[in-house]
Amino acid sequence: MNAPRDARAAPDVPVVNESGIEIAPVYTAEDVAASGGADMIGRPGEYPFTRGIHAEMYRRQPWTMRQYTGFADARRTNERFKYLIANGQTGLNVAFDLPTQIGLDSDDPLAAGEVGRVGTAVDTLRDFEIAFDGIDLDRITVSLTINGAAAILIAMYLVMAEKRGFDLRRLRGTAQNDILKEFIGRGTWIFPVEPSVKLVVDTIEYCARNAPKYTPVSVCGYHIRESGANPVQEMAYAFCIARAYADGALARGLDIDEFAGRLSFNFNIYGNIFEQVAKFRAGRGLWARIMKEEYGAKDPHSMWLRMIAGGGGSGLVAEQPELNIVRGAYYALIGALSGAQTMALCCYDEAYTIPSEYAQRIALRTMQLLVEEMGLCDTVDPLAGSWYVETLTNQMRHSMEEIIAGVDARGGIARLVADGAIQAEVSAQAYARQKKLESGEIRKVGVNCYRMQEEAREPEFHPYDEVAAQAQIAGLNRIRADRDQLAVDTALQRVSADARSGSNVMPAIMDAVRAYASVGEITARLVEVFGRFREPIRF
Amino acid sequence: MKQVNITATTTEPPCRPRTVPIRVLIAKPGLDGHDQGAKVIVRGLMDAGFEVIYSGLRQTPEAVARMAQEEDVDVIGLSSLAGSHLPFCRRLRDLLQTHGLDDKVWLVGGNIPAADFAELKELGVAGIFPSGARLAEIAQFIREQVK
Repeated sequence: MNAPRDARAAPDVPVVNESGIEIAPVYTAEDVAASGGADMIGRPGEYPFTRGIHAEMYRRQPWTMRQYTGFADARRTNERFKYLIANGQTGLNVAFDLPTQIGLDSDDPLAAGEVGRVGTAVDTLRDFEIAFDGIDLDRITVSLTINGAAAILIAMYLVMAEKRGFDLRRLRGTAQNDILKEFIGRGTWIFPVEPSVKLVVDTIEYCARNAPKYTPVSVCGYHIRESGANPVQEMAYAFCIARAYADGALARGLDIDEFAGRLSFNFNIYGNIFEQVAKFRAGRGLWARIMKEEYGAKDPHSMWLRMIAGGGGSGLVAEQPELNIVRGAYYALIGALSGAQTMALCCYDEAYTIPSEYAQRIALRTMQLLVEEMGLCDTVDPLAGSWYVETLTNQMRHSMEEIIAGVDARGGIARLVADGAIQAEVSAQAYARQKKLESGEIRKVGVNCYRMQEEAREPEFHPYDEVAAQAQIAGLNRIRADRDQLAVDTALQRVSADARSGSNVMPAIMDAVRAYASVGEITARLVEVFGRFREPIRF
Repeated sequence: MKQVNITATTTEPPCRPRTVPIRVLIAKPGLDGHDQGAKVIVRGLMDAGFEVIYSGLRQTPEAVARMAQEEDVDVIGLSSLAGSHLPFCRRLRDLLQTHGLDDKVWLVGGNIPAADFAELKELGVAGIFPSGARLAEIAQFIREQVK
């Protein structure tokens, strides 16, 4: 099992990448021509944007470094944010605890033992006021990793910014708010598929009309990949999901150019370097074409595949954990070679625990090192013109188109997610991958080759803080006692009424948040109307 | 809330002395949404010849105990990746004892720190399979434990 790989010993065995594309030993200009030619390459900053959405990319501004952070309560999360900013981080990516993510208050019985465990606990607007205290929301853009409860937390962010005097028409920031992928992987759904999508569309419509620079959705191929999808499926399914949201927004009477420029994406960067780079280049060209040709977008901003590239939880392993630092460095290299605007790296201890401050700093320094020492920002799309990369880019784009057409033919992504078909498909692939890992067909250093007898040695664990959890509950009780209950009740009644009538619920949620109604209270009103998702179990 | 599907049957008993297949409940405790691993285990155990029942996400200890009883399983496997396994298992132990279910072979897998092994064992967990455990190893363990 520890024998080094000797692929050359079997030259007749085809080399096939994860996306199912056979790799030739050598590429020439003929391969590029045979795979569709050079029509989709173009120049950076110009349609079809295969080479990058900006003409100068990192020459003008290196990628935004946005590590995923948040734990315990708002005060301690605020301290960690300030630590990361002081160390040169240029954006924030907020992690919420599971009760917040699924719309439960910290004092809900189901939240016991989970408050502040995997992210920061948020019950009311007060928590946001504390978490972002002293952070310049003009300079540091904030990304909220929230999905099931996204409408409420977006409202909290907007109200918090408004109260601090920021102009909503100029406010930037992002919410993940991609509920369709939560049904495939990650699992923080609350409502059934249809009202869940309606809520996403409500946020898109509300932001387009009131906070037009705010990015209300970041469609995540990332977690679909983590659930077992291959790189072309990752991107193709993400595009199917983005189209579902776009269709909903168009049905509200918005023009595509009023909102498409504020749709963003989140993709994974673990895997084969060239396959990953080709994936991003293929995706940029395909998304631009979908927006232009299928949706009739005219504004180039609508055609941009704006994204955060994240690398990449599933690539990291518990064995020989220091190797995860090296893996992270290669993932960051992939992100840089791919022209991602924003990047986050999973930390080396993340296979075990919430990252320590030390591990966070190493991940941040890994990206800074690429910027400062390795010349990654000197020129745009440096792998362009490689016959291999251009051929692969063409082939992967064709594969993505086929997958999208297949989803459309089977009734669309929302339907396939509602009946569990996509979940069954990616989980079958995850199982196939596990079997290949166990047989050694897929190699993983430290796992199935180059293993070592390791001393029982694990990174420091992030302990659960029961005291902080109790303080969070006490804080919520204080707010409930101090707030104007009549204003809360009135606002919550409007949430119910608007949900029932099918109106956009965002204005009512904004009012409820202003009155310090809690995440759990608002969610409960929506559940009364929309019901809860029942997970389809299919194997 | 409860969702139970019997997902596979087998024609061949996995263990010679038994005439019926071993029944395994794979459950996702608490609010954790990481189900890739649990689903891989479900498929792996199905292929290994077990009858497997998958709970779906967000199960309470009460729901897991009830499913174990109603489905008359031999094995209860919990897959936990978000760190709340200890409080969950403490509560589940009480329920298993109260309902006379402590003869079930109890397994825990996922993101389980070595520091928690001793307490889990004390609670009655027979096998702990942290991330990285192999499917064959888990199947073998179950065959040895279930009499």
